[in-house]
Amino acid sequence: MSDLGAHVVILGAGHAGGTAAALLRQYGHTGKITLVGEEPIPPYQRPPLSKAWLKGEADADSLALKPLEFYAEHDIDFRPSTRAVKIARADKVVTLQNGETLSYDILILATGARAIKLPVEGADLAGLLELRTAADAEALKAAVGPGKRLAVVGGGYIGLEVAASGRALGAEVVVIEREPRLLARVACEALSDFFRGYHEKNGVTFELGATVAGFEGQDGHVTGVKLQDGRVIACDAVVIGVGATPNDEIAAEAGLETARGIVVDLEARTSDPSVFAIGDVTHRPMPIYDRMFRMESVPNALEQAKQAACAITGRPAPAGEVPWQWSDQYDLKLQIAGYAFDVDEVLLRGDPASGKFAVFHLKGDQIQSVEAINSPPEFMMGKQLIGNRKAVSKAKLADPTVSMKEVVA
Amino acid sequence: MAKITYIEHDGTEHVVDVKTGLTVMEGAVKNNIPGIDADCGGACACATCHVYVDEAWRDKTGSTSAMEESMLDFAENVEPNSRLSCQIKVSDELDGLVVRMPESQH
Repeated sequence: MSDLGAHVVILGAGHAGGTAAALLRQYGHTGKITLVGEEPIPPYQRPPLSKAWLKGEADADSLALKPLEFYAEHDIDFRPSTRAVKIARADKVVTLQNGETLSYDILILATGARAIKLPVEGADLAGLLELRTAADAEALKAAVGPGKRLAVVGGGYIGLEVAASGRALGAEVVVIEREPRLLARVACEALSDFFRGYHEKNGVTFELGATVAGFEGQDGHVTGVKLQDGRVIACDAVVIGVGATPNDEIAAEAGLETARGIVVDLEARTSDPSVFAIGDVTHRPMPIYDRMFRMESVPNALEQAKQAACAITGRPAPAGEVPWQWSDQYDLKLQIAGYAFDVDEVLLRGDPASGKFAVFHLKGDQIQSVEAINSPPEFMMGKQLIGNRKAVSKAKLADPTVSMKEVVA
Repeated sequence: MAKITYIEHDGTEHVVDVKTGLTVMEGAVKNNIPGIDADCGGACACATCHVYVDEAWRDKTGSTSAMEESMLDFAENVEPNSRLSCQIKVSDELDGLVVRMPESQH
């Protein structure tokens, strides 16, 4: 059942919230739309913050999802620099930090995730940065440059992208990672080794298996990262990229079901039929893996924005998707489809030394996920195969002289 | 600035002015034109900004890079005049450009 005249309030003006507002209008929603965001600027793309934007190849206008005028032109009441503090579901009212209240017919929670902070000594020094927002990226841009020493804590995708951009800007970069290998949580060993080698070739140094004990500073500004083994890594700035945690407190306090994220169904609906949740903050079902989990990716934010906008405007739900993500570092394009759940075999296609290869994660003869480096065919076909669950010949898949089209044939 | 006509699969036309320097994809997205998803925001990583370039404009929109070629090769409903609109930069030369959208980007 849809009510195209309903007042939709969206909390969170990131990629998910901004897209939901635009799609609602595209799908013919005529009721009021109020888009509440903590940041001072309209919704923008975050992925370039660690790449093109940091290197000065993109400006604020090109980052914006839509120009500022778009919101007024489409009768979307965009409220920047505004934070919601409470949801009273029985009355369908949201309270803002300034005491103002907003009544809603339908509420969409798109509150995202925040960077995890390291609970160590010196964590409040200036020069300790994170990278979630345009303001964070602005601070980082000012802190890196020729002759500057940048320490990156966390060898995940954000950390590695920052390392690559830092090198492009002429900074010395050291990456400190607690695990013995990079991307330990998300990628297989072959890929970890490949990225380490590629970054080393580009002048990045690594401290692997190293735990941060604290930060040292002078006059309130960071001067070094203290490791647990007593060594101090001197630096002028630190970027901390050790993961994110969902901003689901406001939902939990309102009595909505949460489980490391707000629990939603395939329409992005929460345990309250008038409340939807989308993007990084959700714990959502993924039928191809027969489980629920939380994802942090733009494609997921867009997909759930679409699910919610379809449900609200009475459109049929979008077809089930295959989750995917990408990362750009130096001249490398990494494209990942799926997640490596229940994998019993990891298969390498191509030679990492050539800078062009793919890693397939298999469950029996079905592909669960693929990580493709500079290999669009492997990514595109792999994504299709993950979606349609077709069995593949491992022999063909492992042989790069057999084209991906033949692998599928 | 270039006037660009985007035609949805059902025939709905959208004529908008797009600033020089933006891409044909950005011109659609910033004007909320349906039919171009552009999930990756222009990183040439997803092939969801697929368009057909009208014959008269094929030369002026330039050639495809190896990466674009490779992505298109595995997209749906690909024709000889298929392009990824995130890879076409708008210039005054493209004033009057007409592109059509496929039935689906997924």
